[in-house]
Amino acid sequence: MSRVEHLDQIVEEFGPHLHDAPHDGWRADRVIDRVVPTHCPYCAVQCGMNLLVEDDHVVGVEPRYDFPVNEGRLCPKGVTAYLQVHHPDRLLHPLIKRNGHFERASWDEALDLIVTKFKELQTNYGKDSIGVYSGSSLTTEKTYLMGKFARAGLGTRYVDYNGRLCMVSAAAGNNKAFGIDRAANAWSDIPLAEVLLIAGSNCAETFPVLNKFLWQQRDNGGRWIIVDPRETPTARQGDLHLQLKPGTDVALANGMLHVLIEENLIDQAFIDSRTNDWQATRALAARYSPDVAAQICGVPAQKIVDAALLYGRAKTAMVMHARGIEHHTNGVNNVLSYINLVLATGKIGAPGRGYGTITGQGNGQGGREHGQKADQLPGQRSILNPEHRRHVCQVWDLPEDELPQAGVSVVEMFTKMREGEIRGLLSICNNVMVSLPDINDVRRSLEDLEFYVCIDFFMSEGARYADVVLPGSAWSEDEGVTCNSEGRVVKINKANNPPGEARADWWIVQEIAHRMGREKYFGFNSPREIFEELRIASRGASADYYGMKWEKIEKNNGIFWPCPTEDHPGTPRLFEDRFYHPDGKAKFHAIEYNPPKEVPDEEFPLILTSGRVVYQYLSGNQTRRIGFLVEQCPEPYVEVHPETAVKLKINDGERVRVVSRRGEGVFPALVVKTIRPDTIFIPYHWGEQLAVNQLTNPALDPTSKIPEFKACAARIEKIHSRQLPILGRQRKGASASEVKKGS
Amino acid sequence: MEETMFIDPQRCIGCRACVAACRECATHKGYSMIFVDYIDRAETTATVPTVCMHCEEPTCALVCPADAIKVSDDGVVMSALKPRCLDCRNCVNACPFGVPKYNTEIHLQMKCDMCYDRSSTGLKPMCASVCPTGAISFGKYEQIVPLRRTKPVNVHVFGHQQVETKVYLMLPTNADEVRVEGMLTRTDESWIDTQVEHSDKSNEF
Repeated sequence: MSRVEHLDQIVEEFGPHLHDAPHDGWRADRVIDRVVPTHCPYCAVQCGMNLLVEDDHVVGVEPRYDFPVNEGRLCPKGVTAYLQVHHPDRLLHPLIKRNGHFERASWDEALDLIVTKFKELQTNYGKDSIGVYSGSSLTTEKTYLMGKFARAGLGTRYVDYNGRLCMVSAAAGNNKAFGIDRAANAWSDIPLAEVLLIAGSNCAETFPVLNKFLWQQRDNGGRWIIVDPRETPTARQGDLHLQLKPGTDVALANGMLHVLIEENLIDQAFIDSRTNDWQATRALAARYSPDVAAQICGVPAQKIVDAALLYGRAKTAMVMHARGIEHHTNGVNNVLSYINLVLATGKIGAPGRGYGTITGQGNGQGGREHGQKADQLPGQRSILNPEHRRHVCQVWDLPEDELPQAGVSVVEMFTKMREGEIRGLLSICNNVMVSLPDINDVRRSLEDLEFYVCIDFFMSEGARYADVVLPGSAWSEDEGVTCNSEGRVVKINKANNPPGEARADWWIVQEIAHRMGREKYFGFNSPREIFEELRIASRGASADYYGMKWEKIEKNNGIFWPCPTEDHPGTPRLFEDRFYHPDGKAKFHAIEYNPPKEVPDEEFPLILTSGRVVYQYLSGNQTRRIGFLVEQCPEPYVEVHPETAVKLKINDGERVRVVSRRGEGVFPALVVKTIRPDTIFIPYHWGEQLAVNQLTNPALDPTSKIPEFKACAARIEKIHSRQLPILGRQRKGASASEVKKGS
Repeated sequence: MEETMFIDPQRCIGCRACVAACRECATHKGYSMIFVDYIDRAETTATVPTVCMHCEEPTCALVCPADAIKVSDDGVVMSALKPRCLDCRNCVNACPFGVPKYNTEIHLQMKCDMCYDRSSTGLKPMCASVCPTGAISFGKYEQIVPLRRTKPVNVHVFGHQQVETKVYLMLPTNADEVRVEGMLTRTDESWIDTQVEHSDKSNEF
């Protein structure tokens, strides 16, 4: 019975509260014991940073000029990241919910309860009655452990990770086209490109330090083509902004391919020698003239031609994309249609010629490589492939018939929770009540669970529903590796011990496995031992880490996988000679345009799209507690074009009700010319009544199972609210439920 | 030529990493001396950071009755000297850029001193260290300007007052000076502009 009955008390006790200073206040008279070089806990640039440690407390941050990716640069989340470590909201001991109240428990008590419940459920309903939902902000060691824990510890097929909401469309597209899932180039190639085509990425806000490379390219005389329904800070700086209708990328890319073919800007020699399936793609593109494409995507035909010519005529160019094209029921197809442009022009596998996906989470890449994904085993091996299964079972010393089959994606797992097939859930590193689509259904799924265990270091909106909450570690309290968006594996170092009775996540998970009687498979004494096993488990696979050692990673400021042998330097640029399909060739995919699952109609005439702001990170569980960040963006708003605002008679700052087929929410209107008149935008970092995911569509891409966060039908209703946006000193927190305490 | 700051509004993504990082500076821990403006959010996402421009004839020092604001040999305008600062806030009100802040707890004017503790030991100021895009850069004129396709401008005209600054604004190549009066015509602004002004631009804390 996983319910929230006393929300006010939970918020009062566990926050989010705003806090905005080191643990003992802002002091200049510190004696710093240690300076710990590490990386940011947030996005997948994985900026280097130095944490300043005094008496086992992280008390400040200092730029890490010697790390080549960011050379000292940080975004506001990175600068303030350390303020979460000793935040007053930290969970300091295990909690068991009794009569709707979280009560302090000992580790033994909490772990024994978990094991009793898990065993009971599995005895009564089978091994698969427990689901494991993990995340990609964990170190790669932990993500490896979570996959192993689900399969070898619990024996359940139902394991998935929050990259399902993030990177899976890119991953699936890359695997289909290239036979491997990794960005093709290191970012050091960006300044060498004459033209950048960036689709569906507001990287200025979501990936701020990537802009270092973009501006180096600009300083070299480079040009940018930006594809985005909004004039984001990224698009504003672009040379050519294609402001398309959300979800129409296939038409746009096909239109560009049409022009490339007509103008003979394709590389026939490359197509002949290094790719397959060109003819069908060529034939399909013939039907997408710029006029046809313009009709569908709402971008003037001339701009489509200009973009194609700019990209096609450049000697060097790179294509990059992110969630804007991937969070769709056509997510994988959107990805494949842009890859067609890369392959048709042969602009890949050489300096300044390439392709990359812009990952979301810090370890978005690493987290999808080593076996916490529903259908995947370590090293990007497939759980469906008998040879791959055999290899991993040998490494784990697990009888092959004990290795479960593939599970399902997280959204499908939550459906199975409502249907009663999954009755218990263990989650770590995610916040389902903010980040999943259609959170009213997510709430019903959680309430239908018989037992829910959440490991986190703050009480997230999702954790409030748990029966047991275990206090895990913040990123500075453990060590391990992550893989950034380029494919560069970097080392996170430990700066302080977890506060109170909080423990390292890997210890907690392993302890549950031990008590389930599966000690044999979980004899790790440190994250390093997990990494050593991961190396062997990934050996010979496409994401091959075998040649890496922690020391080698640190010494080289990161190693790009594949790195098959100990003397191998790593592989910053892929596809120089071959692609990763068995015949060494890449594949074109002829993609027909299909509209998003839900398109505007009379009842819901607007397209609602969602995304991020620079001050908040993903579900906001970390950033919505930090005063500085909340002050900059205390609550979500809805961006509306002035033409639409006039029609609806709404003013800038007026609170309006936004309604979709699934739910509704009230948001202040931000009336701006930077969005299309047919589109509205709401940032998604908040929960409860402030969640845009009350409205979003849980429809899934058939291949990647990513939900369609970026396009659904909605309407705006005037409510004559007198309540203004949260301004100035009245801003106490990010939502009505987020009261301020002691700051 | 000595090092200075270059502010390039075109590159600013409005992330306010500079504002956050400024608080980490040891000479004013917890207080930021920088603000970032939306130009006009209803029209554009454009933003611009303001740090102390380090004027050659600093208005703040000129209006100080106690001569508390000193300029270093290399042209950095320092925070008010504590023993001299009279609490009068003339400098806070007079600065044409709106930079100096007043600390009501310790009765002292505080302002950006280009992270003198860092820059005097060869480190970049905090804001210029973290700025993701180079909208705030720190370095020597001859090292930074040739890399850019923009023009460094350090003459600002505020009505009858003309100010030359140590810090450069990087502007389109046809610009010679910044004339502020023409920009003051806007009557209404987006609520989100107001929100930011409430948070960063308060000139006292």
